[in-house]
Amino acid sequence: MVQTDLIKDPHVLTGKLHWGVIPFHDPVVAPVMFAAILGGLALLALITYKGWWGYLWKEWFTSVDHKKIGIMYCIVALVMLVRGFSDAILMRTHQALATSDAFGEGYLPPEHYDQIFTAHGVIMIFFVATPLMVGIMNVIMPLQIGARDVAYPFLNSLSFYLFLVGALLVNISLFVGEFAATGWLAYTPLSGIEYSPGVGVDYWIWALQISGIGTTLTAVNFVATILKMRAPGMTMMKMPVFTWTTFCANVIALVIFPILTVAIAQLTLDRYLDFNFFTNDDGGNQMMWVNLIWAWGHPEVYFLVLPAFGMISEVTATFSRKRLFGYVSLIWATIAIMLLSFLVWLHHFFTMGSGASVNAFFGIMTMIIGIPTGVKLYNWIFTMYKGRVELTASMWWVIAMLITFTVGGMTGVMLSIPANDFVLHNSMFVPAHFHNVIIGGAVYGYFAGFTYWFPKATGVKLNETLGKWSVALWFFGYFFAWIPLYYTGFDGMTRRLQYVDNPDWQLPMYIALIGVAMIAAGIGTQVINIAWSIYKRNDPQYKDVTGDPWDAHTLEWYTTSPPQFYNFGDVPYIKDRDPLLNMKQEGIAYKRPEKYSRIHMPKNTWAGPVLGLLTLPMGFGFVWHIWWMVIASVAAIFACWVKLNFERDKDYYVEVPEVERIEDEFLKSNEGRSFYFEKHAKYYKKWKPTDQNDSSVVAK
Amino acid sequence: MTALTNDHDLHDHDDHHHHEAEAADRYVFGFWLYIISDCLLFSTLFATYAVMGQSFGSGIKPEELFDLGFVAVETALLLFSSFTFGMAMLGANAENMAKTKFWLIITALLGLSFLGMEIYEFVHFSHEGATPQTSGYWTSFYSLVATHGLHVTAGLIWMFFLFIHFKRDGFSNENKIRLACLSLFWHFLDIIWICVFSFVYLRGAM
Repeated sequence: MVQTDLIKDPHVLTGKLHWGVIPFHDPVVAPVMFAAILGGLALLALITYKGWWGYLWKEWFTSVDHKKIGIMYCIVALVMLVRGFSDAILMRTHQALATSDAFGEGYLPPEHYDQIFTAHGVIMIFFVATPLMVGIMNVIMPLQIGARDVAYPFLNSLSFYLFLVGALLVNISLFVGEFAATGWLAYTPLSGIEYSPGVGVDYWIWALQISGIGTTLTAVNFVATILKMRAPGMTMMKMPVFTWTTFCANVIALVIFPILTVAIAQLTLDRYLDFNFFTNDDGGNQMMWVNLIWAWGHPEVYFLVLPAFGMISEVTATFSRKRLFGYVSLIWATIAIMLLSFLVWLHHFFTMGSGASVNAFFGIMTMIIGIPTGVKLYNWIFTMYKGRVELTASMWWVIAMLITFTVGGMTGVMLSIPANDFVLHNSMFVPAHFHNVIIGGAVYGYFAGFTYWFPKATGVKLNETLGKWSVALWFFGYFFAWIPLYYTGFDGMTRRLQYVDNPDWQLPMYIALIGVAMIAAGIGTQVINIAWSIYKRNDPQYKDVTGDPWDAHTLEWYTTSPPQFYNFGDVPYIKDRDPLLNMKQEGIAYKRPEKYSRIHMPKNTWAGPVLGLLTLPMGFGFVWHIWWMVIASVAAIFACWVKLNFERDKDYYVEVPEVERIEDEFLKSNEGRSFYFEKHAKYYKKWKPTDQNDSSVVAK
Repeated sequence: MTALTNDHDLHDHDDHHHHEAEAADRYVFGFWLYIISDCLLFSTLFATYAVMGQSFGSGIKPEELFDLGFVAVETALLLFSSFTFGMAMLGANAENMAKTKFWLIITALLGLSFLGMEIYEFVHFSHEGATPQTSGYWTSFYSLVATHGLHVTAGLIWMFFLFIHFKRDGFSNENKIRLACLSLFWHFLDIIWICVFSFVYLRGAM
C-alpha cells in the first residue's frame, strides 16, 4: 500500500479514515481479510445458532476465576502464534526468493515487508510469549500456593481485556490502514511524525500502551498474591520454584512497565502534540528513546524467561523422580538474575558511542548475568543425574531447551564483548542469537509447562506421541532455520533486508526456509494434538480423574483436574518444599478432613470485559484522530468505573454442604488408589522431609 | 517471615472481622505496590528531565521565568495539605466523621489552590514563550510537572467520590481502606513534589 493514502487532514466524524485505507487490492492481504471476516462471521453465527452467548458471558467472559482467565490468555496466545508465525513464513519465503537467480526481487514491496517484520516482533513478544506465560502463571501459581484466587480477581479480568484490546488493535491494523514499519521497538526519529507520518506507529503506540498497562496491573496482582495469600506454613523458602520465578518475573514487570508507559507516552506527545522529546531539532534527544526502551526491554526478556526456568524446574524434578537439585541455589540464582537484569540494557547499543568504560561495564555485567543462568542449567542437569528420568513429551521439551538455550547463551556471551558487537551489530547474527534464547529458553520452557499442566487446566492429557513429534520438529527446525542465518550474519548480512543482493547467501536462505517449514509442521502437530486430545477427552487414556496424573510433588496436583472454582476444599498446612510428596509419604494425601468450612469467593463481574473493551474504541479513535470517539469512550470508561465503585455485593460464601458434596465425589474417584504410583514407590519412600534444621526453611 | 504468611483459611469460621482485616491488609499492600510502579513512572520522567535539562534549543531559559517565591507558596500549600490529611486520618481513627470530613475539605481546598497556582503558572509561562513545543527542556518540564498535577487532580476526584461513599456507608471497612489508600497516595505526591521543587525549580532558578 502506498503510504500517502494514509495521510489526510482529519474529518470531524471519520478522522483520517476513508475507504482508501482498506487494502482491497493487495494480493496478499485482501484474501486474508475476506477469509478472516467470513471466518469471524461464521464463528459468531455458530455461537448464536447454538445459543452459547449466555454460557460464554456467564462462565467465561465475566469470570474472575484465575483458571478461566488463564485459559483465555492461552487461547488468544495460540491464535496470535499462528498470526505471528505467518509473518515469519512470509519473511523467510520472501528472502529466499529475493536472493535467488530466478525470482530476483521476492514478492513483498519494501513498505509491506517492513510492516511484517515489525508486526512479527511485536506479536511474538507482546501477544504470544507474554500471554502464554501469564496464562500459565494465572492457572498454576495460585494453585501452587494453595490460594482460592489471585489477590484482586477483578483486576485480573481487566488485565486480560486490556491485553486483548492490544492484540485486537494489531490485527485491525492489518485490514484498516497499516502497521508500524519501524522495527519492533520503533526507534526514533524514524518513528517520529516526520519520518512515519502514517497511522502505523500510532497502532503500535496504542496496542502496546493499553496492553502494557494490563501487564503492570498483572504484576501488582501476582506479587500481592504470592506475598499475601500463601497456604499456612508455606514460608518463602518453601515456595515451589515456579512460584518463585513468577514472583521475581513480576517484580521485574512491576518496575519496568512504567518505563515503557512513560516512553510510549512521550512518543505519543511528540507525534500528536509536537513535543520535542525525540525530535531532530529544538533539543530533542533520540538516544534517550533507545535508552528508555531498552531499560524496559532488556529486563523484559528476563521477565519472559524466568517463569520458563520455573516450568523447566518443576517438570525436571517431577519426571526425574527426585527433589530439585539445589533448590536454594536456584532461588538465589533467580534473585541474582532479577537484580542484574536492570544493569545490562546498554549492550543493545554498544555502537552508540558511550565510550570504552561504559561499554566495558555493560559488557562485563552481561557476562556476569550468564553465571546465575549457568547455575540453573547445572541444577537441572544434576536433578536428572541418578534420577529415574521418564522421557515424557514435557521432558523432551526440557531436553530440547537445555541444548538450544545453551547454544543461544554462548552466542550471547560472544555479543557481550563490545569489540565483537561492533562487527556483529545489526547483522543477522543478532536475530539468530535472540531467537536462539527466546525460542530455546522461553518458548520451549512454556511448551514444557503447557504440556505438563494441560491436564491440570482441562482434565485431559495431551497425546504423548504427537507431543514428541512437535518437539522434534521444533528442535531440528530451529537449527535448520537459524544456523544458516548465524553464518550469513558473520558474513555481513544485515537484518531486516527486503532485498538481498549477494548470491552466496542463496543456499543459507533455502536451508532456513526448510527450517521454517519444519517449525510450521511442529506448530501444526501441536494444534492437531490439542484438538485430538480434547476430542478424546472421555477416553480413559486421555482423561485425568485423579487430579495427579504424573505422580507429582507440588500442591496444584492435590485437587481435581480441572480444579473446582474454589480450588481446594481444604487447604493443608505446608510442612515441606514438596508438600504433596510429603503428604503422600505420611499417607494423609487425598483424605477427607474432619470438617470443611464455608468458603469465601468473589462474584463474577461485568466490569472486566466492559471497561477493558471500551479501551478499543478509545485506542482506535486515537489512531485515526476521531476525537468524538475518544471522548465518548473515555467518558464511558469513567462512568463504568464510578458505577463499579458504588456496587456492593461483590462476594459470596460457598456453604459447607456444597463443598462436602463436591469434595466427596472427588475423593471417591481417588478411593483405593495408592498414594504413589507403584513404580515410583521405592524412589519416593526413601526421601527425607525438607531439612527442618535449615534455618531458611523453618517458619519463624 | 510470619508477617507475610497469611492464615486466612485456618480461621474461616464465619470470622467476619478476620475477613475485613485480611482484605484491608491485602488492598493497602497492593496499593503500596502500585506506588512502587508510580515511583518508577516519575523516575523515568525525572531521568528525562535530567537528560534534557540543558536542551534549550533556541527557546527561552528557565531562570528567566522561574519565580521561587511563587513556587514556595505552591510548595507550602501542598505540604500543609499533607498535614491536614494526617488530621483527617486521626479523625478516622477515632471514627469521628465530622472531624474527618472537616480536615478532608481543608485538604481538598489546599489541593485545589495548588492546582490553580500550577495552571496559572503554566498559562503565564506559555505567554512568555515557553510552551511544551518550545524546546526539549520545556517538553520535559511540562511533562514532569503536569504529570504530578494530573495525579493531584486524580486525588481530588477520588476525594470527591470518597465523600459520597462516606455519606452512604460511613466508616465501613471498604471506606477505611479507601481512605488509607488515598492517604498514601496524597503523601506520596507530596514527596514527589519535594523532588520537583528541588530538582526542577531550585536547580532551574540557579
